[in-house]
Amino acid sequence: MDEKRSRDVWVFAEQRNGELHDVSLELLGKARELADATGSNVAAVLMGCNILDLAQVLVNYGADTVFVADHPKLEQYRLLPYTHVIESLIREHNPDIVLMGATAMGVELAPRVAARIRTGLSAHCIDLRLDENGNLLQVVPGWGGGVVATIACPDHRPQMSTVMPGAMRALPEEKRKGRIEKLSVDLPESHMGPEILGVEQMVAGEQPLEKADVVVAGGWGVGSKENWSLLEELARMLGGAVGATRPPVDEGWAREGQMIGQSGKTIRPTLYIGVGISGVMHHVVGMDQSKHIININTNPAADSFELSDVIVVEDFMKILPPLIEEIKVRIGKQ
Amino acid sequence: MDRIIVCVKPVPDPKHWDKVGMDPETKTLKREGIPSVMNPLDKHALEAALALREAHGGEVVLLSMAPPFAKTTIREGLAMGADRAVLLSDRVFAGSDSLATAEILAAGCRRIGDFDLILCGNLSIDGSTAQICSQLAEMLGLPNVMHVIGLEQSDGGKLTITQKIENGYVKLASGLPVVLSVRKELNKPRYIPFTGILAAESKEITILSNEDLCVGPECIGLAGSPTKMAGLELRKFERKKEKLEGTVDDIVKALVERIYQCGVIEC
Repeated sequence: MDEKRSRDVWVFAEQRNGELHDVSLELLGKARELADATGSNVAAVLMGCNILDLAQVLVNYGADTVFVADHPKLEQYRLLPYTHVIESLIREHNPDIVLMGATAMGVELAPRVAARIRTGLSAHCIDLRLDENGNLLQVVPGWGGGVVATIACPDHRPQMSTVMPGAMRALPEEKRKGRIEKLSVDLPESHMGPEILGVEQMVAGEQPLEKADVVVAGGWGVGSKENWSLLEELARMLGGAVGATRPPVDEGWAREGQMIGQSGKTIRPTLYIGVGISGVMHHVVGMDQSKHIININTNPAADSFELSDVIVVEDFMKILPPLIEEIKVRIGKQ
Repeated sequence: MDRIIVCVKPVPDPKHWDKVGMDPETKTLKREGIPSVMNPLDKHALEAALALREAHGGEVVLLSMAPPFAKTTIREGLAMGADRAVLLSDRVFAGSDSLATAEILAAGCRRIGDFDLILCGNLSIDGSTAQICSQLAEMLGLPNVMHVIGLEQSDGGKLTITQKIENGYVKLASGLPVVLSVRKELNKPRYIPFTGILAAESKEITILSNEDLCVGPECIGLAGSPTKMAGLELRKFERKKEKLEGTVDDIVKALVERIYQCGVIEC
């Protein structure tokens, strides 16, 4: 390994349509912590077209340096040109760690970059820390979340990880000073890969699940779309959001973006209330960091009770209506 | 389409995952007695290949890197309708991470040769790294697209691909060859007909070792894997497990108290 290698920690700043993905800000928070532990710098890599104003935002969330590749050919994410830009930057600066969000984009881009550089990549990390030698330990769930593995990449650099959205905490945004470095971009037309015909993306209207302080989550046991509205009302009363396991999403009671777990979101609210949830590992891995956990289920043997601070063995249809009324009365909401 | 390669992986049957234990000495997973099945998403990749073959002709070849027992899983794919299979099996492949696995699969693809399309599942349910599609494509110097939920081939041969992203999708046009990984929304895998099971018995499974592939020893197995397992734990959970008892009224009152104690409601 190169003796003079840098200890810098890099974050790929994901944006679509000029909107930074929250996970990139969360990763800057973690990168700041890792870099401060070794007295090194945090850099963000930002790509797109007319996105220079986002660079200061990245500085405000913890980046010392922002590399900006601003070019019409980078306006929309395309795997091959994005890989090319990141590869060139990594080869020039030799960062120690490169982090990306485990998003649709990051999950496709990170392994391509890692294979080109021929370094190691761990996927869907839920925690990152440094060992006594300053190597990155990357904690990943496996086997549907029932097993937790710690992965290291001792002999190759950079150490690369994709990280679950919601697993890290962003620093509060504050005015900071950083260096913004514009890159000259040279992309051969023959290396652009598949052509984009169109992008359709809906705007998520309500409070994002991973930011909610209270999450009311429902499983198969909720039984119907009609019953589901009780969860929505309870969440509204508590100023929280509604989450789901896989079956309610498949049944159409909840949307894909509400799914918590290994193939969905990672949440760690102050209060999690589970309703009719059996507690399969796929779900648990996305919520077990919640501070307080209440579960309501008619089945006294439900696995979800193993992971509960408060257990209610009762039909939620008997509990939720009076609970909602009681809270309404207490806080005077109508 | 002349030839489509479908990458398939035998994985421990998720119905039996509660039997997974850990050897406290070696810190490795004990998975004896857990039967293998084809990774569920790989069936969706195979279904897409079979549908393309039905519309445009060509040959569908299964490719797997696994121990010899994987033949049982591969037969499942042959029974579904694949024409033949290539199994890459060698002790020197053991311990390969996704980068080394991609290297070996790339050598397998080159050996099969003359392919227009490589399809795989978006991720496997055991390792779940979702890295093979991009890494295999990189090794072969081909473009790739993940999260595929729509796939059509025009008469000119170009593919129109729908890729799922957060809260939406991207439509892409791609020439061939290309490497794609699919999500389950893409299609519904066909049931295996009884005649398919019979036909699979006479279909060819070619087993290749690294003597056939000649991948450099520095690129495969533990030596070719930049990522190392530093620790492995079964997940443990410790919570208070306080059970609320009494009438519905009692329970609701106690619940409200517990919710207030969390400090999430302004008093």
